[in-house]
Amino acid sequence: MEALISIIIAVLTGCGVYLMLRGRTFPVIIGLTLLSYAVNLFIFVMGRLHSGAPAVIGAGDRYTDPLPQALVLTAIVISFAMTAFLLVLALRARAELGNDHVDGRPTAEDDAQ
Amino acid sequence: MSHLIILPILLPLLTGLLLLLVPESRRMLGHILSLISTALLTLVTLQLLFTANTGELVVYALGNWAPPFGIVLVLDRLSALLLVLTSTLAFFSLLYTTAEEAPQGGQSFHSLAHFLLMGVNGAFLTGDIFNLFVFFEVLLLASYSLLLQDNGAARAKAGLHYVVLNLAGSALFLIAVAILYGLTGTLNMADMAQRVAQVNPADAPLVAAAAILLLLVFGLKAAMVPLYFWLPRAYASASAPIAALFAIMTKVGVYTIIRVYTLIFGDEAGLLANLALPWLWPLAITTLVLGFIGALAAQELRMQIAYLVIISVGTLLAGVAINSEVALGATLFYLLHSTWIAGALFLLADLIVRQRGVTADQIIAGPMLRQPILLGSLFFAGAVSVIGMPPLSGFIGKALILQAASGIQAVWLWATVLAASLAVLTALSRSGSTIFWRTENRVEEAPKADIWSLLAIFGLMGFSFALMIWGNYAIEYTRGIAEQVMNPGHYIDAVLNHRPLQGD
Repeated sequence: MEALISIIIAVLTGCGVYLMLRGRTFPVIIGLTLLSYAVNLFIFVMGRLHSGAPAVIGAGDRYTDPLPQALVLTAIVISFAMTAFLLVLALRARAELGNDHVDGRPTAEDDAQ
Repeated sequence: MSHLIILPILLPLLTGLLLLLVPESRRMLGHILSLISTALLTLVTLQLLFTANTGELVVYALGNWAPPFGIVLVLDRLSALLLVLTSTLAFFSLLYTTAEEAPQGGQSFHSLAHFLLMGVNGAFLTGDIFNLFVFFEVLLLASYSLLLQDNGAARAKAGLHYVVLNLAGSALFLIAVAILYGLTGTLNMADMAQRVAQVNPADAPLVAAAAILLLLVFGLKAAMVPLYFWLPRAYASASAPIAALFAIMTKVGVYTIIRVYTLIFGDEAGLLANLALPWLWPLAITTLVLGFIGALAAQELRMQIAYLVIISVGTLLAGVAINSEVALGATLFYLLHSTWIAGALFLLADLIVRQRGVTADQIIAGPMLRQPILLGSLFFAGAVSVIGMPPLSGFIGKALILQAASGIQAVWLWATVLAASLAVLTALSRSGSTIFWRTENRVEEAPKADIWSLLAIFGLMGFSFALMIWGNYAIEYTRGIAEQVMNPGHYIDAVLNHRPLQGD
């Protein structure tokens, strides 16, 4: 299970970083979203992986660490709010700058159209 | 136990919420409420400064959970000083907007400014690293909204870069925190300091990776090379009171660097002792050099002042990287000076820009100013202070930092800091003489500067004079702070020996 989760996190991070380096705002936002998924999974895994154990101490012989789950919850809420904010900002930048490039400069490709 | 320590977080939060309820038609009421709240905040933080001055650390366990399990707020001399710095800067920045018909930042300007204050104060007070992340997000979200309040292409572009960079920074921060939690099993900074000191040698490289990731994140906040490219454009496009308020934001980054790399990864961290210093020193010197090149090259007045902020960050980080008590004391003195004077210069630049008509803040010959003598003298005083010429506080701060360096570090530091001072002198002489002397023979029809704006600038510059006149006390005080910060054992004991309140 550890290997699988590690590969998932690695793929998500790789895709996220690649998309973040793109020139248009929409892929950048998708990239940030993927990166935050990877980060959330990573925090979760840092509590070590257990299956079939409740996150409550004293409820059974085995338990999982509840703290990373609380941290992930906080991180999800914050990254969700930030993504919403960034989407609105990207829409406004599109309206103000007249194109959807992160630098606000149209490329030769846009001029050709 | 005194609940005073949580007021710097609660007061701005409640004021910010209250101000949302004030209708647009009662703008003055909202403004007065906002000013009263910041004045109260200043008094509270001054009281906290006196409390911290006794040398005792105040630990406040939220929800009465015993450390290291709950979130704690810790007040030591360093955080108390930065709280006072924040509240005074905020008071004068908000005072500046008094006479405006509609504040430049739009109608929710005051609420957002208070949310920003809440985030900044929280970051200074918290003793929990995940809580630090949360307060970072609070202050960042408020700063995004403040930066983007008004429409405008330049602001949208600068804002987009700023937001995307900081979101990527937050992701890295979370990765670093998760690694540290996974390996040490704690989020409390004092507890983490103890665990890091006894870390298993096999885990040490991973902890070191997390520590360097944290340096990256804090460096982004502090605008350290190579992560400062967002700052000039963002600060230059923000409206004046917001840019002045933002002068504290880079200092949040510097504060977290000081806190984390003295407390958790300081001298006593065993295998990982002082692991950030070899990185910090060259980066600080490079920041300094690139900052002064930027200041020389800037075409606009506000852009130039934004580069002065970067120079000050470079100087501060170099002071931190020397890693001695004397150097840290000097750095803190310079931090006080540079924050107040940067705020004053941003406000002053706005007054100058308003009287220049279409020329605005470009450094080219334009119409004569309506009040050339008043604004010119203020600009001159601000320039003298920021360059670091005697007798104002910038000189004392720089001289102290230079004195604290020794060996090969001294060679580098003296060369770059003095070159930067010369460059800033040249840059500000150029912009000052162009704006005030190389003018066309007409005066732009513009309103005179109102009394409140001038008061705000006088207030902030007054601190520079105060730091000069009572320099002796300030130096002694900052050295006391450095002594406390460089001996983290006391901090760790105070937090971990804190007992929850007993009651019914």
